[in-house]
Amino acid sequence: MNVLLHQVLSGLATGGIYASVALALVMIYQATHLVNFAQGELAMFSTYISWSLIQAGMPYWAAFFITVAVAFALGVLIERVIVQPVENAPILSVVIVFIGLLVIMNSLAGWIFSYTIKPFPSPFPTAPLFGNSYVSSHELGSIGITLVVLLLVFAFFRFTPLGLAMRAAAQNPVSSRLVGVRVGWMLALGWGLAAAIGSIAGMMVAPTVFLEPNMMAGILLYAFAAALLGGIDSPGGAVLGGFIVGVLENVVGSFLGTELKLTVALVLIVGVLVIRPSGLFGKVHVTRV
Amino acid sequence: MTTPSSTPKARPALSRNQLLGLALLLVGACVLPFLISNYRVFQFTLVLVYAIALLGLNMLTGYNGQISLGHGAFYAIGAYVAAILMDKFGVPYWATLPAAGAVCLVAGFLFGLPALRLEGLYLSLATFALGVAMPQILKFKGFEHWTGGVQGIVIVKPDPPAWLPISQDQWLYFVALVTLLILFLIGWNLLRGRIGRAMVAIRDQPIAAQAMGVNTAMIKSLTFGVSAMYTGIAGALGAIAIQFVAPDTFTIFLSITLVVGVVIGGLASISGAIWGALFIQFIPNVADQISKAAPWAIYGVFLIVFMYVMPSGVAGFIRIAHGRLRRWRQR
Amino acid sequence: MKFSLKRRVSLLAIAATLAVVTAPASAQKKYGPGASDTEIKLGQTMPYSGPASAYGTIGKLHMAYFKMINEAGGINGRKINLISLDDGYSPPKTVEQVRKLVEQDEVLALFQTLGTPGNSAIHKYVNGKKVPHLLLATGATKWSDPKNFPWTLGFNLSYQAEGAIYARYLMKNKPNAKIAILYQNDDYGKDVLKGVKDGLGAAGAKMIVAEATYEVSDPTVDSQIVTLQGSGADTFINITTPKFGAQAIRKAFDSGWKPLHIVNNVSASVGSVLTPAGLDKSVGLLTLQYYKDPNDPQWKDDPAMLEWRAFMGRYYREGDPKDATNLYAYLTAQTMVQILKQCGNDLTRENVMKQAANIKSLKLPLLLTGMALNTTPTDFFLVKQGQLAKFTGTQWQGFGDVLSTGD
Repeated sequence: MNVLLHQVLSGLATGGIYASVALALVMIYQATHLVNFAQGELAMFSTYISWSLIQAGMPYWAAFFITVAVAFALGVLIERVIVQPVENAPILSVVIVFIGLLVIMNSLAGWIFSYTIKPFPSPFPTAPLFGNSYVSSHELGSIGITLVVLLLVFAFFRFTPLGLAMRAAAQNPVSSRLVGVRVGWMLALGWGLAAAIGSIAGMMVAPTVFLEPNMMAGILLYAFAAALLGGIDSPGGAVLGGFIVGVLENVVGSFLGTELKLTVALVLIVGVLVIRPSGLFGKVHVTRV
Repeated sequence: MTTPSSTPKARPALSRNQLLGLALLLVGACVLPFLISNYRVFQFTLVLVYAIALLGLNMLTGYNGQISLGHGAFYAIGAYVAAILMDKFGVPYWATLPAAGAVCLVAGFLFGLPALRLEGLYLSLATFALGVAMPQILKFKGFEHWTGGVQGIVIVKPDPPAWLPISQDQWLYFVALVTLLILFLIGWNLLRGRIGRAMVAIRDQPIAAQAMGVNTAMIKSLTFGVSAMYTGIAGALGAIAIQFVAPDTFTIFLSITLVVGVVIGGLASISGAIWGALFIQFIPNVADQISKAAPWAIYGVFLIVFMYVMPSGVAGFIRIAHGRLRRWRQR
Repeated sequence: MKFSLKRRVSLLAIAATLAVVTAPASAQKKYGPGASDTEIKLGQTMPYSGPASAYGTIGKLHMAYFKMINEAGGINGRKINLISLDDGYSPPKTVEQVRKLVEQDEVLALFQTLGTPGNSAIHKYVNGKKVPHLLLATGATKWSDPKNFPWTLGFNLSYQAEGAIYARYLMKNKPNAKIAILYQNDDYGKDVLKGVKDGLGAAGAKMIVAEATYEVSDPTVDSQIVTLQGSGADTFINITTPKFGAQAIRKAFDSGWKPLHIVNNVSASVGSVLTPAGLDKSVGLLTLQYYKDPNDPQWKDDPAMLEWRAFMGRYYREGDPKDATNLYAYLTAQTMVQILKQCGNDLTRENVMKQAANIKSLKLPLLLTGMALNTTPTDFFLVKQGQLAKFTGTQWQGFGDVLSTGD
């Protein structure tokens, strides 16, 4: 029983990681109706920027906020310069561009920063909360930050005119333009916000998994699954999906052995999707004939 | 070769010019292995193998609109079927091709059935999951007796028949070429016929197609099956050419590479398969030549540049250029 | 006295014949493919792209090292030309690139081709083509099989041998241990595991109470550690690569699990693994070493270490001096140079293989004290020795004898 509890708590901790990256994926989907596969690498790259700042002597929180700002700018820049020229191309062509971005950033990070794993500092105290041996303070703290970001994202889309404009631009660019929404800049803003969220995710993830160029690859896979499990257009669903995936993965590994852990976890997720094809909390789209 | 574009209508047979061009291409392909070194023949055999796999994927994604990020799994299944049959049962290599095709046809169909309920992004996740899980399944202890586990299986390369004085590599090239021609012919016939039109209709207007009496579920699953079959046969051929299969040969990167090939070659186009295959076979080598420090970055730049210049792939680009040329001539 | 033309010609002929006959046999040059008066061509495949790109630094270091050798005049006056191609850690690509190296570039020998899957794919091919397949960058045990594969000669300490040494240590010093094992679910992980299990034998098999695997794509191994801890084991054999090794060490400590923790050589680097994990959390770790760790303070002023650092600073600036892989690559390059030197002027593939199978007591200074490299025509294992070491919190302290892995 003790082991099960430990696994569940450990799963919630890893789930927090998936949740934060899933949130970034949902963000970009809400803004552009595309899933950006390069999101993970962007987050990793931003974390390296943060690492470089901290290595240069900057205190943690200063580096944190500067990195978030830089990531935002980078996201906007990438959208305007790299993604915009293929705006009207078929979806798969844009996906190829994303793959290209993914590969470029991964390679550049390895070239500039080398592949040795680097420890990344955590802003949270090292002593675990109440001295427990199940989850570290950092893991709890990062879950907390993820929830705060979730609330901000939710509030942004629900209660601000800008959020509304962004959702409109993604869902119906033509009509949005007619009512005066600057669609191009909405997309860029969406990218910027997604990149910013991603960088926060990266900085929360790195202390646990260690900073290295391939840090995000495995996480992106589970985050993608989590985002879709929760419903790709639901930020809350994505976060919940992340926690579910984390716990599921751990429990499966613990009871069925680790050799088929990945397979079983994925089969279960796909199984859920077959029953609820738009994810747990996703909106079911009704198309007009 | 021109191809069915997104407007489905009764296609006339190929024009005389097109047939002539095709014949020339065929002659060129037959002469090629005698003009180049064995190593290059090997590379072009791989191009043929990838072309078959890409045609399979294109049927599913280009013509039928179902995105698959896990076709590497079917390639792997085909490869392992060939390897296991040759290694454990002494089956001759040419018999493994239809066997691999049959197994993958069934596997693809069975996968396509539950996947029917999934659309777009969600389907891509399901296929992505398949692609990611395949290496782990192949490594599974329970199957180790058949699959050789992580060590994989080594295959013996087939010899040409005694009366033909050509090398092993050249023989395999011709086997691949003949397989490609047969499969392309079948594919072409399928795609310009009733089923092809149904596939495209489902891609573009699924509800209207259903209303018109197209059995969407059957067509979609069938397409999945046939597409898997093509990719499986390619996998078997590939395994024979490389002479080795191992679980980590068939990672998710293979699936992603196949998608890259299909898009770069040109969606909904048969000739696109060849272009895409040339790209995924040779461009990584070119990237390696350009930079040792970050070859993947160069590859990524190639991807992005290609998509800027030819968003509908090489085949699409050629089609547009051809159209422009014809209009210019008519002026 | 004037010589007639006829006489001059015959004198010349006699002189020429004498010159040829009396010339020492060693001045007679024999060249196979890839060798000439000015050049020796070597070939390799490395994962410069793809998931294993971290190991690409090995190839880059080789290039830098041979550049240094060439600047000093090369080997017996010949410059080494290393053709290093990217295979993305994908066996089909490895096959393609090795075929290019052998059939198109016609290299003299293959050197440090990396990765078990890729090498497995080309194993039969290179032996069939009779190309020296030397110093493979993988520890799989099957690379030393001179009877069936006379052209393949590995370098690394065999994974199975390493596992067996850990098993024997436990049987001798902790026979009642309850062992938990974490291993990477691929050829490398399973090879070490096999060594452990073979070393424990039937008698020791019941010592293993739990096993867990992980994939390279897994973000963390925390869940596996929790499972292993829950099994009640008091001994933990950690068969992982650096990132996961560090995670395992840290999680075990943070979870309050204090087993006898054996970490495999691949993840024993002070700089790449123990420091990120936390030096305080690594106290008491056990491992097998065969070369000096560049981050170990006890080697700070070691002349061989200083020489290596000087090389890194001068020829391989972009390389990370904290990465022990770079020291490993240096050792392999030194060994290759030794083989080529031993060839003298007979640079045929046969002779290269003969010299590679004839390395006598090569004491490279970056190996641990007391170790030497040896091969014979029936024993193709280059590195056959290791020493167990315990981590004190600041450095690895070797203890016990230098063990031999050959049996």
